[in-house]
Amino acid sequence: MLRLPRFTYHEPTTVGEAVRLFTEAMPDVAYVAGGTDLYPNMKRRQQTPATVIALHRIPELRAIAGTPESGMTIGACVTLTELAAHEAVRLRYPAVSHAAHVVSTPILRNMGTIGGNLLLDTRCNYYDQNYEWRKAINFCMKRDGEICWVAPSSPRCWAVQSSDGVPVAVALGADVTVTSVRGTRRLPAAGLYRNDGIQYLEKGPDELLVAYHLPPVRDGDWRATYRKLRRRDAFDFPVLGVAARVDFARDGSVSAARIVLGAVASYPQEISAAADAIIGTRLDEGAIGAAADAAYRPAKPMDNTDFTLAWRKEMVRVHVQRALQDIRAQNT
Amino acid sequence: MTDRSPFAVRSPQSVVGTARRKVDATAKVTGETKFADDLSLPRMLWCKLLRSREPHARIVRIDTSRAERHPGVVAVLTGRDLPIPFGILPISQDEHALCPDHVRFVGDPVAAVAAIDEDTAADACDLIEVEYEKLPPIESVEDALASVDTPDAHIHDYGDAGNVHKHIALEFGNVDAEMATADHVREDLFFFEGNTHLPMEQHASLAQWSPDGKVTVWSSTQTPHYLHRALAKVLEMPAAHVRVIATPNGGGFGGKSDPFNHEIVVAAFARRTGRPVKISLTREEVFYCHRGRHPTLMRIKTGVTRDGRIVAMDFTSFLDGGAYGSYGVASTYYTGALQTVTYEVPHYRFRGARVFTNKAPCGPKRGHGTPQPRFALECQLDKIAEDLAIDPAVLRKRILQPANSVTANWLRIGSMGLGECIDAVVERSGWQTKYRQLPFGRGVGLACSSYISGAGLPIYWNSMPHSGVQLKLDRSGGVAAFCGSTDIGQGSDSVLAYCVADVLGIEPEDIRIVTGDTDLTPVDLGSYSSRVTLMTGNAAVQAAERAREILADGVSRKLNVPKSRLVFAERRVFDTESPDRGVTFAEAVQIAEGMFGTVGTTGSYTPPRSPGRYKGAGVGPSPAYSYTAAVAEVEVDPDTGIVRVPKIWIAHDVGQSINPLLVIGQVEGSVYMGLGEALMEEMTYRDRVRNVVHHHPSMLEYKSPTTFEMCDVETILVHDPDPSGPFGAKEAGQGPLLPVMPAVANAIYDAVGVRIDEIPCSPHKVLKALKDKMKGNAGRFGPTALPSYAFPDVAHVRTPAQGGTGREEDGRAHSEVGGPVEQAGETTAAAGAAPRKQP
Repeated sequence: MLRLPRFTYHEPTTVGEAVRLFTEAMPDVAYVAGGTDLYPNMKRRQQTPATVIALHRIPELRAIAGTPESGMTIGACVTLTELAAHEAVRLRYPAVSHAAHVVSTPILRNMGTIGGNLLLDTRCNYYDQNYEWRKAINFCMKRDGEICWVAPSSPRCWAVQSSDGVPVAVALGADVTVTSVRGTRRLPAAGLYRNDGIQYLEKGPDELLVAYHLPPVRDGDWRATYRKLRRRDAFDFPVLGVAARVDFARDGSVSAARIVLGAVASYPQEISAAADAIIGTRLDEGAIGAAADAAYRPAKPMDNTDFTLAWRKEMVRVHVQRALQDIRAQNT
Repeated sequence: MTDRSPFAVRSPQSVVGTARRKVDATAKVTGETKFADDLSLPRMLWCKLLRSREPHARIVRIDTSRAERHPGVVAVLTGRDLPIPFGILPISQDEHALCPDHVRFVGDPVAAVAAIDEDTAADACDLIEVEYEKLPPIESVEDALASVDTPDAHIHDYGDAGNVHKHIALEFGNVDAEMATADHVREDLFFFEGNTHLPMEQHASLAQWSPDGKVTVWSSTQTPHYLHRALAKVLEMPAAHVRVIATPNGGGFGGKSDPFNHEIVVAAFARRTGRPVKISLTREEVFYCHRGRHPTLMRIKTGVTRDGRIVAMDFTSFLDGGAYGSYGVASTYYTGALQTVTYEVPHYRFRGARVFTNKAPCGPKRGHGTPQPRFALECQLDKIAEDLAIDPAVLRKRILQPANSVTANWLRIGSMGLGECIDAVVERSGWQTKYRQLPFGRGVGLACSSYISGAGLPIYWNSMPHSGVQLKLDRSGGVAAFCGSTDIGQGSDSVLAYCVADVLGIEPEDIRIVTGDTDLTPVDLGSYSSRVTLMTGNAAVQAAERAREILADGVSRKLNVPKSRLVFAERRVFDTESPDRGVTFAEAVQIAEGMFGTVGTTGSYTPPRSPGRYKGAGVGPSPAYSYTAAVAEVEVDPDTGIVRVPKIWIAHDVGQSINPLLVIGQVEGSVYMGLGEALMEEMTYRDRVRNVVHHHPSMLEYKSPTTFEMCDVETILVHDPDPSGPFGAKEAGQGPLLPVMPAVANAIYDAVGVRIDEIPCSPHKVLKALKDKMKGNAGRFGPTALPSYAFPDVAHVRTPAQGGTGREEDGRAHSEVGGPVEQAGETTAAAGAAPRKQP
């Protein structure tokens, strides 16, 4: 069987203690919440931290606070099961609830947390493999090697942003709070990600994500949706995620929109041209088609997930179209 | 007779035919079953294998010194320590426990470590230095055929030509002459991608050396007898000093039917160290063991009359065999063997070639070599039916191979319930109101199949029984049944108990089952080729009938009742004319034991000899053939090409259910596995730039359906007892898988009018075909050419109808195939085609 490497394990009970322990153990240290991403990666030796700091005994990270009218704050260690089932989230932020609900399987959602979901390691068919397999191709630049096997002449890593929660967070305009011994800051989720398979986060490794802030929602002022494409309706990571938020003016026309693609790049790819195509419209088929075309063109999936890349690109058009049709249906 | 209830009750008292709990069910569901990986012994060492990271290379040097010095390491082995080759077939002894000098795929084991724990063994493997000299990798059938004159690229130094492991050319009757008389001839190409078994249990083995110089190996194997032989050979030990115990298998499906290198290595380590040694493979290593479905490229050319009768068929297959022989020679023959058992094919030619490539070895997966040609045949029949404007169900029923007949390739058919199977699925599915009548995007497809109930010949030539059962009757009333058969989840232990209980009139719970232990149990060849119910069942019935005879002798004398009036039922032996007059079963044993001494019997089974006498006639014969028909209903999203299957109706001619619940379980399991093959499963590799590594050796990325993708299944059991089977039973474990893939492909055509002539029917293929169709083209996805290959001249065999003898005739014709194939099919009949739906 695959076995974990040896490591030192801490279970702090406060955020202060966690960030102190982390700083002391740097650089060879990792936080773990549900462990559904980190531990399999450790078994495959993709990550081999000497010290692991568990967050599950910190009560302040497990709270859900606020109201939809004023915005809600989700503690980073709230599990995906809890988030998906939370009544206010389910009713007023259905895209958030749905994105949590379609992650992997019930058992993994019972362990996996929203914090871990927002920080999910980028994935690639050349990287998410056993040590022995990776050795047979002399590894890749994301771990232990020099080359990107997806695009061997490329200087960068093309591993894929594969979280369902991330495109939704960006589309909604949600914020996150991160903290470290250096201080605490709140930033837009959109500012957390970078289009690089290795350095995919715009935050210091010592900065602990503690909270996820959902924006206020009042009746009908905006709608959001998330569509996930994958081979099977369980287990699988997305090969395409489409998150959309559409704001409506009083007359029912689109006043603002954000359309974000997941799993086609190393970061959640916002397609502003697609949003522009529907602003001012009432989401008629022509506008939706124009948005779908606008999203299709810049999407450049690489050969690093399930399915063929040409088909995945084709699906961008179909799924953006269907996502916007979802929103139109919600609004009527 | 078609039994409309799946629960066919033979009689109120009988065990056979009634739905019962499996004898091992409680242990399985409560977690008490001890699988190989659950076993542990004092002072046990752990073994890890160092596997090749080169697809094709010579080993220049192995330095194990650092590993040997690593703290906690007890022993290290390399290929030099185990030089004797082995393999499942006597003609393909091409594997080594550890590669001595030549590695043939990424994953081929080159060295092994035994250490105090698994971590230490794994760390030590990383300390072994192997220097390789790279050889040209062979990635495909085309590569293999092109490498005949490149000795460096030859994966083995045996075979029919370079990297061609085996080629076959057989002709029964006069194919070309008869084809010329056909009203309509179709020629189609199909490709079936490789896929693997994916058993839940990963292979594990434990070996123990005993002070008297004997070795015991517990292993998750489907074939303890063949493992026994391989161990004795490679370890150079008398077979009597080797004991193999097959642990309950957590799924096999053919993937645990070969003797494996890890099984031999732990035994060698046990001998070397004197300590128990265990190995538990990772999921990645299970993918390297493989022996799954061969990727197969096929051409099928069939000539038919105006009313759909087949006049001649010409079939060609190319199999990508991977790095070793395994069962491959048999697999190759199987791609050509069973085309003739469902529909009458009076003249038939088969040419097949299996090549070596630098990938994990292919072998027998559920349906062994026959799902690929069955897919080709059933999809082509769907096209022929359309060409001739005949309903596909009507066409098939018109051309059925008759019961109690001999096919053109000399297979003897007994009972044959395919017509009733077709009727049943047509009726239950509402075929007549759905076929070509559902709205665009929805469709139904029909396909049929047949499978052997055990191979007529053993893997190595011998004249001994294929299965033996020993019974020990105890004065307590208990009966112990000993048999070499192996329960891989299919319920063979239960079938053994049911058969014995039924004959002796006791309950299955009264029987202690001892199976799969080469020291304790008589030989059974193993759980493969759907042979166990028929062969072990027949042996069990014979042993039980012999025991009944002994008990009846005793009771008859004791009660002074003629033997012919004695009945064995309800745990009693009594006078049928005066049921109160009798004894309990335990008393009957006591009476017999008192009169005749300790009561024990044996039974055995050897299949009847097949009439075929030509070279290759050994593959295909079986005591009985099961038959299956299936209708699949599909929903195709024309924007994405994604296919969903809401329901499959499937009727299976099982002869007689021993336990209908288990038969239904096998049918549903087959549908599930077939659905995975139809829609998504692919065992594929990266190109040589990426070292021909397996694409995705993990359960996450090797896509197999979940409960969400699984369809509803309505199973109809057709009962038409076959005289060859115990109580009339035929197989159920493999045949029902076969129609699923062609039924789905045919349904996709009915739904959206495109032909997916390639398995799996992935969304991108469907979408591409749909776009092709919208451009006014054929709307087909599939192969367009066969590789060019000069097959040997065909061996001519006259058919039974021609008054043949079953032997080859003299005089051979030159035989070459290859080149692009016109997909439209040359139509010589002016047949009005049924209108196809337009997107």
